Amino acid sequence: MPTLTFIEHSGTTHEVHGEVGQSVMQAATFAMLPGIQGDCGGACSCATCHAYVDEAWVERFPPAEGTEVDMLDNVTERRANSRLSCQLVIAEGMDGLLIRLPASQY
Amino acid sequence: MALNSVVIVGAGQGGFQVAASLRQEGYQGNITLIGDEPGLPYQRPPLSKAYLLGKISATALLFRPEDFYTQQNIELVHDQAVAVDRNNRQVRLASGRSVDYDHLVLAMGAHNRPLAVPGAEAQGVFGIKTKADADALAPLVKEARNVVVVGAGFVGLEFAAVAAANGATVHVLELGDRPMARAVSREMSELFRCAHEGWGVHFDFRQGIGHILTEGGKVCGVETVEGKRLLADLVVYGIGVIPNLQLALEAGLDIDNGITVDSTLLTSDPHISSLGDVAAFPCIHNDQKLLRLESVQNAVDQGRAIAARLVGKPAPYTALPWFWTDQGTLKLQIAGLSNGCDSTVMLGAPESNQLSVLCFRQDQLVAVESCNRPGDHMAARKILARPPRLTPAEAAAPGFELKVWEAANRD
Ligand SMILES: Cc1cc2nc3c(=O)[nH]c(=O)nc-3n(C[C@H](O)[C@H](O)[C@H](O)COP(=O)(O)OP(=O)(O)OC[C@H]3O[C@@H](n4cnc5c(N)ncnc54)[C@H](O)[C@@H]3O)c2cc1C
Ligand code: FES
Repeated sequence: MPTLTFIEHSGTTHEVHGEVGQSVMQAATFAMLPGIQGDCGGACSCATCHAYVDEAWVERFPPAEGTEVDMLDNVTERRANSRLSCQLVIAEGMDGLLIRLPASQY
Repeated sequence: MALNSVVIVGAGQGGFQVAASLRQEGYQGNITLIGDEPGLPYQRPPLSKAYLLGKISATALLFRPEDFYTQQNIELVHDQAVAVDRNNRQVRLASGRSVDYDHLVLAMGAHNRPLAVPGAEAQGVFGIKTKADADALAPLVKEARNVVVVGAGFVGLEFAAVAAANGATVHVLELGDRPMARAVSREMSELFRCAHEGWGVHFDFRQGIGHILTEGGKVCGVETVEGKRLLADLVVYGIGVIPNLQLALEAGLDIDNGITVDSTLLTSDPHISSLGDVAAFPCIHNDQKLLRLESVQNAVDQGRAIAARLVGKPAPYTALPWFWTDQGTLKLQIAGLSNGCDSTVMLGAPESNQLSVLCFRQDQLVAVESCNRPGDHMAARKILARPPRLTPAEAAAPGFELKVWEAANRD
């Protein structure tokens, strides 16, 4: 079971267990992490699961495409490493994945 | 009054959200979440799309894993609430158990309007509401050769797209003259009709189903009211839903198409709240008229609002309604309410399946429907959240972009 690290905007750090095949959004909501909402349940329709993937990990995920790119255009504080975490699937070897959270999902 | 126990009837999208948000808000009293479906609370949208296609697992349907409920001290009760005793503030369950409440939340959702035609009880006829429905349907969709869908609403069309992707011949019977007629503009209906036809779906508009033809208890076809016969080894209907009102009716709560609530989502009894598919609330985006919505956004945002009120942060519920549906390669997102729309402006190119329809009422933007233009949808949600000043003339100007306008017109 990979352990993921989330750092809130305030600096508070959380270690969360994820499953291979699960989305990063679901790992976060399953752990009741504040700061990731996932209102649409992962349908890439709400953009309340915005997160920043640590630079060292960005390349481990297939790049954002289509709907996700367009949704990201409108999130608050978009950065180069912005992703919708429901589109990030946890794979083997992702133990230690580091994700930072934006100040707000709105 | 101290609030020591909150009881929630209905462990679906809305009921779950109230429980989770109460804990997130720091509420420490008892929470009893009563649901009459087996298993852990789960989301419905994938049932007619990703889950049916086998793209996501049963675990991905769950809002939370099992240990969440123990860790958060939320008592999940698998039972059916059969009566509410408002004088003694008690809910009676089918098992005979009674649960006391300081505050009760009614989140019973809705059930599918049944297909009231001869033969509807045959094997192979389905509505889609629960995980059990989807689990029974999934293996049949893979094998079905001829599928008839009754009703060209969201769920029916999502299913039609799944069945067509599985290689079945799909016929959609619809009483109206276009798909999703009650929910979207003509322009958007037209785009969806063309796209579905491109995937091999056949539409029969202005056609009602007369009866279902059976062979040995199994469906083998349908006959329309006009006598047209269609082969079918699978029939799926999506002809609207009926709110689950019985409990509230018998308890004597005010009802008007749904359980009537005020702007803070309280029912006519100050110890009872209601939300989601079962509740009719005065909507500021609908001239304060009562509205019952069937959407994830509505259940989630109302759940959060009720939890906030219960921990002492009351505020009128004003969230902007938004919705999505995924059909084949099309994602339709709707922000706002298009009721009473009297003019539209189109952005994008319908022939490439990318279209936003801006809906105006008396020159005021009231809703934006976007197909495969999620950027427009997100911008529309921001624009519509405050009284928008965008005029139809501005929107119709060459080169107009919603995103750009939104960025330039923030307060
Ligand atoms: C197939 C399908 C696809 C959908 N797709 C989308 C979509 O793409 N986008 C979108 O925004 N919305 C979609 N929706 C709508 C959305 O799922 C609903 O609006 C939402 O679930 C409503 O939440 P709710 O809590 O009001 O009701 P529900 O989630 O239906 O929960 C109500 C629960 O209460 C239980 N219950 C009822 N009576 C009792 C009782 N007496 N005692 C105990 N339990 C009881 C019910 O069994 C049910 O489990 C879809 C719905 C379906 C069915
Ligand atoms: S959970 Fe809604 S977009 Fe990711």
